[in-house]
Amino acid sequence: MAVRALPAGSGIWGSAAGLILAAGLVLVLAAASIFIGVADMSVGALMEGGENGRALQLLFVSRIPRTLAIVLSGMSMGVAAIIMQMLFRNRFVEPTTTGTVEAASLGLLATALLAPALPIFSKMLVAALFALAATFLFLRFVAKIPSSASLIVPLLGLMFGGVINAVTTFLAYRYDLLQSLAAWTNGDFSSVLRGRYELLWIAGLLAALSYLAADRFTVAGLGEAFTRNLGLNYGRILAFGLCIVSLVAAAAVVTAGAVPFFGLIVANVVRMMVGDNLRRALPWVALSGAAFLLACDIAGRTLRFPYEIPVGTVVGVLGSAIFLYLLLRRRARFG
Amino acid sequence: MIEIAGVSKTYEDETVLDDVSLVLPESGITAIVGPNGAGKSTLLSIIARLITPSAGAVRVDGLDVQKTKSDVLAKRLAILRQVNHVGMRLTVEELVTFGRFPHCGSRPTAEDERHVREAIAYLGLEALSGRFLDELSGGQRQRAFVAMVLAQDTNYVLLDEPLNSLDMKHAAAMMKLLRRAADTFGKSIVVVVHDINFASIYADRIVAMRDGRVVLEGTSDTFMREAVLRDIYDTHIDVREVDGHRLGLHYL
Repeated sequence: MAVRALPAGSGIWGSAAGLILAAGLVLVLAAASIFIGVADMSVGALMEGGENGRALQLLFVSRIPRTLAIVLSGMSMGVAAIIMQMLFRNRFVEPTTTGTVEAASLGLLATALLAPALPIFSKMLVAALFALAATFLFLRFVAKIPSSASLIVPLLGLMFGGVINAVTTFLAYRYDLLQSLAAWTNGDFSSVLRGRYELLWIAGLLAALSYLAADRFTVAGLGEAFTRNLGLNYGRILAFGLCIVSLVAAAAVVTAGAVPFFGLIVANVVRMMVGDNLRRALPWVALSGAAFLLACDIAGRTLRFPYEIPVGTVVGVLGSAIFLYLLLRRRARFG
Repeated sequence: MIEIAGVSKTYEDETVLDDVSLVLPESGITAIVGPNGAGKSTLLSIIARLITPSAGAVRVDGLDVQKTKSDVLAKRLAILRQVNHVGMRLTVEELVTFGRFPHCGSRPTAEDERHVREAIAYLGLEALSGRFLDELSGGQRQRAFVAMVLAQDTNYVLLDEPLNSLDMKHAAAMMKLLRRAADTFGKSIVVVVHDINFASIYADRIVAMRDGRVVLEGTSDTFMREAVLRDIYDTHIDVREVDGHRLGLHYL
């Protein structure tokens, strides 16, 4: 595995064959994800039907929704992270290191307290608005600090998220909603059922839609002056990107929950491998996000079978190991 | 023709540009020189609509840069600012292709690809075209960015200290190349340079600035004089003539 990428556009990273291979891997993992679980899901059990047709029901009500939720979350969280990294011009940001997810949780809590009767879609929109406001505020703030040293930004972001989270926790504590709060920010797919994950399709769709603006996001990553020199409207690119990021974060929070640091890991690994041209990197981020989250979820479900390890924990352990390995390897190469 | 009419820029109580009026021609090299803080970069950014002036207006071929659509201007005028230590992992070819964005958007045609190839060849970067920017030396990266603005194929090219991070060999090569680009393609190139000797040798016109004002417009002959340089830089610089070029010995 060559980390120092081959000349771009050549080799496996630039080829359609590589993407097809990756898509194949996602399908294999998705199939494995569907057939792992406590209940018997063998072909025989599925074919029984009739009185014993519980397996088929389980498949459609629980297993397939769960797998779809993972695929959609993995794709959209990876895409949201890499877009954010372009807009912030910093490779350590993602929705959980900038207060975006925390703000979405606060928004969701606000709807739970003030307008509990709202349909879930409207709740998501409110959460997205909170996320958008917080991310925009943070972006303005980052632009003001004199030292834009790359590690300062995520550190400030984590603090910012911590402040928002303190407010949210206080309110949740007062109104006895602490348990829901934990579920929003710690991704867990074990409770995904048909009818309770569908908003993730919106996140998946937005991730796909972002491909249309791939070149614009790359240009924005080169800076505001660079963007305006090319006659592009920087503010519009920023607004579009932040809307996608906020809606993805909100969709994650109202369904299965966001997985901390997940997008950060996926986006960085892909950027090291294929480079920062989003037109080439976005499909890789989407596919490897799906594959990585599926793999982590499968690992979490099989390691202590029949119990489950939360997917966030697996992502944390596996992801940081992979990330460290790549960082050290890269450093060694550049000496 | 770029017409700068009464342009000022103030930040709170600090005046960076003070009523600058200037006309830059349609072709040739114009060097903007002056001590640190003279407002050179600010002026360049205002011409390129990156900064809004506090007063006055800039017209490029008759188009007011503040009122004209940005994508229209992007086909007439390109700017390269000095902050390009970006950590973006793009290949040289990808970067230069972005220079074609004003012409083709995200869909480069054969014509656009030809421009990209020519710009890369012009800067002698053929062997590096598939390399990532973060794998290049500072000088190579600088040349890649210059290739990008040349690929943008605009009549006016504004370069803010393009010699930064170039060694002696590459700095001279860059100025020769800009000279050639101005002569063969009839472009108007405006460069901010610190080394007065590069301005003296390669520029057709020199604009000297100090404290936010234009204090001199002229040629090497009018600028490279000891009395003039002392007024602008507050220091004595011996001027000698070498092979027909007036050189300032500012090392002494």
